[in-house]
Amino acid sequence: MTDASLTSQGGTAARGRSLSTLALQRLKRNRAAVASLIGLALIAIFCFLGPFLSSHPNDRVYQSYVAVPPSLEPYPAAATLERTMQRALERARVDMGDFSASGTTFRVTLTSPRPIDPRVTRYIDRVDEFDDARVVETLEEGRRLVVEGTVQRQWFLMGTDMSGRDLMTRIMVGGRISLIVGLLATLVSLLIGVAWGAIAGYAGGRIDNVMMRFVDVLYSLPFVFFVILLVVYFGRNFVLIFVAIGAVEWLDMARIVRGQTLALKRREFVEAAQALGVGTGGILRRHIVPNLLGPVVVFMTLMVPKIILLESFLSFLGLGVQAPLTSWGVLISEGANNIQSAPYLIVFPSIFFVSTLFALNFIGDGLRDALDPRDR
Amino acid sequence: MPRDNPVHGTMTDPILAIRGLEVRFRTSDGELAAVKGIDLDVDAGETVAIVGESGSGKSQTMMSVMGLLAANGEARGSVKYRGQEILGLPSRALNRYRGRKLSMIFQEPMTSLDPLYRIGDQLAEPLMVHGGLGRKAALKRAEELLDLVRIPDPARRLKSFPHELSGGQRQRVMIAMALANSPDVLIADEPTTALDVTVQARILELLGDLQKRLGMAIVFITHDLGIVRRFADRTYVMKSGEVVEHGPTEGLFAAPKHAYTRMLIEAEPSGRKEPVPTGSPMVLEAKNINVSFHLRQGLFGRSAHEIRAVAGVDLAIRRGETVGVVGESGSGKSTLGRAVLRLLPASGLVRYEDRNLMPLDRKAMRPLRKELQLVFQDPFGSLSPRMTAGEIVTEGLLVHEPGLTRGERDRRAAQAFEEVRLDPLSRHRFPHEFSGGQRQRIAIARAMILKPKLVVLDEPTSALDRSVQKGIVELLRDLQQKHGLAYVFISHDLAVVRALSDEIMVMKAGKVVERGSVAAIFEHPREAYTRELMAAAFLDRREQITSC
Repeated sequence: MTDASLTSQGGTAARGRSLSTLALQRLKRNRAAVASLIGLALIAIFCFLGPFLSSHPNDRVYQSYVAVPPSLEPYPAAATLERTMQRALERARVDMGDFSASGTTFRVTLTSPRPIDPRVTRYIDRVDEFDDARVVETLEEGRRLVVEGTVQRQWFLMGTDMSGRDLMTRIMVGGRISLIVGLLATLVSLLIGVAWGAIAGYAGGRIDNVMMRFVDVLYSLPFVFFVILLVVYFGRNFVLIFVAIGAVEWLDMARIVRGQTLALKRREFVEAAQALGVGTGGILRRHIVPNLLGPVVVFMTLMVPKIILLESFLSFLGLGVQAPLTSWGVLISEGANNIQSAPYLIVFPSIFFVSTLFALNFIGDGLRDALDPRDR
Repeated sequence: MPRDNPVHGTMTDPILAIRGLEVRFRTSDGELAAVKGIDLDVDAGETVAIVGESGSGKSQTMMSVMGLLAANGEARGSVKYRGQEILGLPSRALNRYRGRKLSMIFQEPMTSLDPLYRIGDQLAEPLMVHGGLGRKAALKRAEELLDLVRIPDPARRLKSFPHELSGGQRQRVMIAMALANSPDVLIADEPTTALDVTVQARILELLGDLQKRLGMAIVFITHDLGIVRRFADRTYVMKSGEVVEHGPTEGLFAAPKHAYTRMLIEAEPSGRKEPVPTGSPMVLEAKNINVSFHLRQGLFGRSAHEIRAVAGVDLAIRRGETVGVVGESGSGKSTLGRAVLRLLPASGLVRYEDRNLMPLDRKAMRPLRKELQLVFQDPFGSLSPRMTAGEIVTEGLLVHEPGLTRGERDRRAAQAFEEVRLDPLSRHRFPHEFSGGQRQRIAIARAMILKPKLVVLDEPTSALDRSVQKGIVELLRDLQQKHGLAYVFISHDLAVVRALSDEIMVMKAGKVVERGSVAAIFEHPREAYTRELMAAAFLDRREQITSC
């Protein structure tokens, strides 16, 4: 009679809900984690698509707008135009007559004791504020020119840095680097760490000893020393950052994975697989690694922010990304240098950096709760 | 509420009265009602048993009385202790009763003691906090308590750490702790399930004796009807959160009214195995098997300590035959099972059909694994939680029949599911979606799909409810008949062993102390140890025989 009840119960749902499906359902109910996921996605979109939409290339230097504060109004401000024109014309050694600017166009009268070369307009164009300067009228045999052109309006929503580059674009580009480094280095350390830890833990005995002592040796190498060594041998390279960080971070991963594997390999389902005659590779692939995923995923989300920080540290030392390329770490360290004269330089990159770290940590917490509901 | 015994109602009010108790859990799949409005009374000095299968809500009932429900649980109704409402009291107020008037002992004696504190300190602490005793007086009382629960040499034991005690002794310490404040009601939640049968018998004896001496009421939560029958004055039978039947134990067993009660009572594994036809070929023959574990390798490779888990055991098994291996935990029976399958390093001789297995290494053993299978005790631990049931069952095919396509494997999985009487459609589900009995069927299917010749069954029914056990036993017997399998059946449960085996080996401390046919062992046990095992396991039945 129990058999009958067992079988009828079994037929209700054909598709099972796997542990990961259940975990996902629990994650969806965690508001902080979901909000963090959305926030992180928005930041990623901003960083990866933003530069294509931005009107400023990230390495364009606006000499006229060095360290301008963030503003929703376009630059240049109307009041400053006349002075800017005057300075531009001084360089061209012509005098300025009347100047008028309305909206996006300007009109200026140039005067000089001698006839003016019409190519003088280049001096005007060279200034960031003005563009398209052309002579519309030549008076007094060239001693008086009327020049018209457009006023170039530029938006710097987050201001510009000390070299006059648009901060927002630089944050986007820097974010790309930081996120890519964070993800790729995590992936590198994940691959090496999981493989190494799982093999060491499962093999046990002497192999385990040798493998883990190797990890200990690498642990004892100072990180900076290791990076300098790599830089000396291979030269400065973007890829090197991944390699360096990944090569150091996998040590933690390997230890965690090894510990988990040691616990897993005593579980009966592993013994059952051995009794079936499944080989070591099959057991690792089908039984050990999938069951490691929970702690590994959680560790990963906590590792990404750590790596972003590490990268910024390297860049700060001048061993990471090189100008004009940038990363959040570089931007923040630049901002820190100018915190008194231009506080927004540290505020904006920090907002992105901190919210990314927050989001990742919340996601990590959410994942941990979702994957192991008993732990709460 | 009509009482069974009108005398009780007039004489004394029940010491513990539960009315309309409901327990619900908020889960991700909505609310789950674990207990659905039950009434229950406990009178002073009596023993009340709550029986039911796992999931029937018997533990949750008492957990809610003690205010120990999980965070997502909620209890409604009324629980009165001597007329005082105690359900829903804040834990501070509840502590006036909890641990003093109502105390509880749990199933797992291994985990309920703090491994970092000495037994004496753990016993004395509640006495100092609740009883207001000084340290010296508390330790003195602790010693008395240990003496009360009959732990030998209590003064020395006070200074022991939990790991120095055996499971039975730890459970005695737990009982001593529960008795520290002379409670009126002792709630025992499966207090002997995790213990060996012989130990179990002694603990039960102790509880019965303590009750006589101290006059407290005991609420016994168990799935084991043998215990109920022996101990309880009155019995409540629970099924999916409801009390389906209650009454004086004797009456209930003599004339069960509810079908479920009848089913529980009849769930004892029954029937005998058909004898093996003479001249059936030998499948496996093991001679002089020795397994030793080396504890702590010495600095120069010499082992500092050696434990002989199996010492010179012979085993011979023919096609269609079942050899039952019984013994207490630690007697080496599981180790023997793994050693003959060459899953553990062992010395001796193992012949499978006409091959000597001993010289074969792991790789050479691999093709033979198909024919030598193993089924484990714990149906929860032996299935990988991240694979579907179908994947689990067909994993062996990946190794032994790598040529099969995915479709063919799936078809074989469906067949195997039908063979163990599971719905083939359920093969896409994950282990956590099956009940214990169903999981054990999956584990059996995993072994059967390879068409083995010998299966070592390592306590396959011990983690299951009696009624589920019965189904598994029948399934195993059918499969054996159909495929002519040879079984090595390892168990401490003599009732199951008797229903399945041809021959029985009784093991103690790594050695076989007695062997013989089922009839011989059960009717004329020679060794004292065997008799002790049988006495512990068949307490209820003997009483039944004498009382009838």
